[in-house]
Amino acid sequence: MRLTLRVWRQAGPRDAGALKQYEIPDVSPDMSFLEMLDVLNERLERQGDRPIAFDHDCREGICGSCSMTIDGRPHGPQQGTTTCQLHMRRYRDGDTITIEPFRATAFPVVRDLVVDRTALDRIIQAGGFVGVATGNAPDANAIPIAKPDADRAMDAAQCIGCGACVAACPNASAMLFAGAKVTHLGLLPQGQPERYRRVLAMVERMDMEGFGGCTNFGECHEACPKEISLATIARLNADFLKASLTRRDS
Amino acid sequence: MELNAGVPAGPLEKKWDSHRFELRLVNPANKRKHTVIVVGSGLAGASAAASLGELGYKVQCYCFQDSPRRAHSIAAQGGINAAKNYQNDGDSIHRLFYDTIKGGDFRAREANVYRLAQISVNIIDQCVAQGVPFAREYGGLLANRSFGGAQVSRTFYARGQTGQQLLLGAYQALERQIAAGTVEMFPRTEMLDLVVIDGQARGIVTRNLVTGAVEANLADAVVMATGGYGNVFYLSTNAKGCNVTATFRAWKRGAAFGNPCYTQIHPTCIPVSGEYQSKLTLMSESLRNDGRVWVPKRKGDKRPPTAIPEVERDYYLERKYPSFGNLSPRDIASRAAKEVCDEGRGVGETGLGVYLDFADAIRRLGLDKVRERYGNLFEMYERITGENPYQLPMRIFPAAHYTMGGLWVDYNLMSTIPGLFVLGEANFSDHGANRLGASALMQGLADGYFIIPYTLGDYLARARPAPVAGDHAAVKTTLAEVNGRIERILAGDGKRTVDEFHRELGRIMWECCGMERNAAGLRRALDAIPALRKSFWYDVRVVGTGQEFNQSLEKAGRVADFLEFAELMCRDALHREESCGGHFRSEHQTQDGEAARDDERFAYVAAWEYAGDDREPILHKEPLVFENVHLATRSYK
Ligand SMILES: Cc1cc2nc3c(=O)[nH]c(=O)nc-3n(C[C@H](O)[C@H](O)[C@H](O)COP(=O)(O)OP(=O)(O)OC[C@H]3O[C@@H](n4cnc5c(N)ncnc54)[C@H](O)[C@@H]3O)c2cc1C
Ligand code: FES
Repeated sequence: MRLTLRVWRQAGPRDAGALKQYEIPDVSPDMSFLEMLDVLNERLERQGDRPIAFDHDCREGICGSCSMTIDGRPHGPQQGTTTCQLHMRRYRDGDTITIEPFRATAFPVVRDLVVDRTALDRIIQAGGFVGVATGNAPDANAIPIAKPDADRAMDAAQCIGCGACVAACPNASAMLFAGAKVTHLGLLPQGQPERYRRVLAMVERMDMEGFGGCTNFGECHEACPKEISLATIARLNADFLKASLTRRDS
Repeated sequence: MELNAGVPAGPLEKKWDSHRFELRLVNPANKRKHTVIVVGSGLAGASAAASLGELGYKVQCYCFQDSPRRAHSIAAQGGINAAKNYQNDGDSIHRLFYDTIKGGDFRAREANVYRLAQISVNIIDQCVAQGVPFAREYGGLLANRSFGGAQVSRTFYARGQTGQQLLLGAYQALERQIAAGTVEMFPRTEMLDLVVIDGQARGIVTRNLVTGAVEANLADAVVMATGGYGNVFYLSTNAKGCNVTATFRAWKRGAAFGNPCYTQIHPTCIPVSGEYQSKLTLMSESLRNDGRVWVPKRKGDKRPPTAIPEVERDYYLERKYPSFGNLSPRDIASRAAKEVCDEGRGVGETGLGVYLDFADAIRRLGLDKVRERYGNLFEMYERITGENPYQLPMRIFPAAHYTMGGLWVDYNLMSTIPGLFVLGEANFSDHGANRLGASALMQGLADGYFIIPYTLGDYLARARPAPVAGDHAAVKTTLAEVNGRIERILAGDGKRTVDEFHRELGRIMWECCGMERNAAGLRRALDAIPALRKSFWYDVRVVGTGQEFNQSLEKAGRVADFLEFAELMCRDALHREESCGGHFRSEHQTQDGEAARDDERFAYVAAWEYAGDDREPILHKEPLVFENVHLATRSYK
């Protein structure tokens, strides 16, 4: 099939960007979205033009590298699917597709479709861990964990840290990302000792990084390739409230 | 070059314990005076960087992705082995040790493998303490499954995302150390060379992938955990960025490369659909626990699978290997698939595929149970192929997946360059000629959490590396060489893209050094690769400059190294005139087509030394001595 692409091109963080149009005459429905861009890029290179920069690595929907807003939607039209797992059979001959980077104040553009998402790492640094050093662990079966709790923790832990939630949110909030980690660790006994410290520190960091607040649009969940539940945000809010009311240190 | 594995004396069970006592310690107050570079943030690198940071070393950690959490380990699906024997089904440290040695076709070092089996137990404890949400039973205890040909259930898993959850555990420990200031993280930074001063590894040359700045970073020791080189085949299950650059550059600086020809072809991947194919997707091996592999009995049978009656199907793994059946080890299952496809019984449009069928499992277990076990894998399959595996059997085909070969290391995980340690898939150590499923995650974490924290300290305490100046002559020449290579790549104004060369190389390697090898094919490859390399240097086209974010330049550097490294692989494959594990030489097979090992001549590790660009590499041999297992013919019949 024949497609028209409108792709965001931007040379660097301080340069102005613009949408540029490309025609691709020979797209196979079995191609992945990124393979279609590979084909275009090889053509550009042969002409001596700069290829379109985009982040990608695993191409299996798990590393969280790929990060494109496709026709206004982070990761494109298919529910629960990253850009790299989107396949061209979703599209029809003659379609026009607009491709932009994930947009948020906290995600400055590096080049074209590549953005800097290290702010998400810094949120984890603030408290998204269990403070246990190597070698200090008791036997793995010493503390039984009810299967429903373990399963719910796993549901939240599936977050791939791509930042689609941020890009989808009108406030560019990272609440789903943080909520997922707070929920994952907060549901497990190992996460209890630092539970309230964690939530305070992560929320504070989010504010510092320039992520917006949550006003319950729910767009984040819609865009999330792992379909992380909005309940994780509710849980973060509940923990945050409790932590704020009971915090002893300042 | 001298290979000294440094295996401690004493009984197998006691070696690691007594060795740990012998290892020297670095005084806690002195640790922060030592800078240690860790290249890589996968399971091996992240666990090493975090653990060394906790101990108080000044750690610098590098990765080429935008975040350490995106290392290729994230993609591992199936699980991680540990000899916990929670299932009371006969497992033990000794059994895991034996299975790993046998699975590796008796081409691994006994002492290392035994230590791995011992440490496996601590890994699970560590990960649970970090909050890794492993699967559990209703009673609240950890669940296990049997995986990839093991006859006991010793595999721990987190749905189909075990690698992700283990890596996030290590990543979170790493981020905690970054916050504590013990580890400095350098994402989007690629190691392009190793700095060796007075025979010791003293730093790396890196390129900042955002700005293009090329710099030398110095340290008292370098730990490389840069993963495997499966992408030498172009199409593989590895992430697109996986490369050989770091290990290959270290090889050129004097680190011996161990068994480069040992590569693993995984039997259950989604088949190729077209020329534009950029990577192959693994369907977790756990699927073989319940799925049945078959092809039509008749050649060229093009009927849809559901129209082929039971009696006209050949469940060839169950037929040929009755005791292991669909769970036969990877190398065996892969070759069997190739064989039936070569006979013209392959399925799908290209004829390069076999069925993996869940109809029986759905009948036996019910749809819900199958969905619970494999739901996310089935969805992934459907997203990629557009076919629903609940209704139609999956189509699968082997693909390059893992590399057992890697830099040679001694018992302390140190390469032949003092001060250069190599962990995880990047080293050659524990899997011999074939790796068992769910053992790579185990090895990466054993190396990073539990071995390097001990052995690195011993090195620093003994070697006492002296301070080096940033403008040391060796630093300057290494920098100049790296810059020279970049300029050379950019100088060409040829016609062909980097990917064209990579695809071409992949075809050569898959055909001549893939699932089945023979002397004639390998010689062909040894002619074709230098020719391809030559045309790369005059006909490649890389647009843009070195002083900017330039993904084509990154790719070109990696492909240039693959183009040299591939030759070493073929040379190693040619010299090994036997079949063992993933290395199947068609000249060396038994009458019924099984691998014929030659323990008389080849029970050794082949460690290759770089001798110059215009000289053949030098082969060194580390003999493998088996004192605790009997060298048996691997049989899964
Ligand atoms: C699809 C798939 C599924 C798998 N499933 C399983 C499984 O179920 N069980 C199992 O045990 N094993 C599995 N494996 C194998 C296992 O995942 C890997 O062997 C293992 O994760 C490798 O870990 P590592 O830390 O050695 O390297 P990696 O995770 O590959 O990490 C390499 C790191 O090095 C960095 N790096 C590389 N080169 C450079 C450079 N030049 N400069 C700077 N940084 C660099 C990267 O950025 C990255 O951080 C699977 C593999 C694949 C491909
Ligand atoms: S490339 Fe890894 S999630 Fe898309």
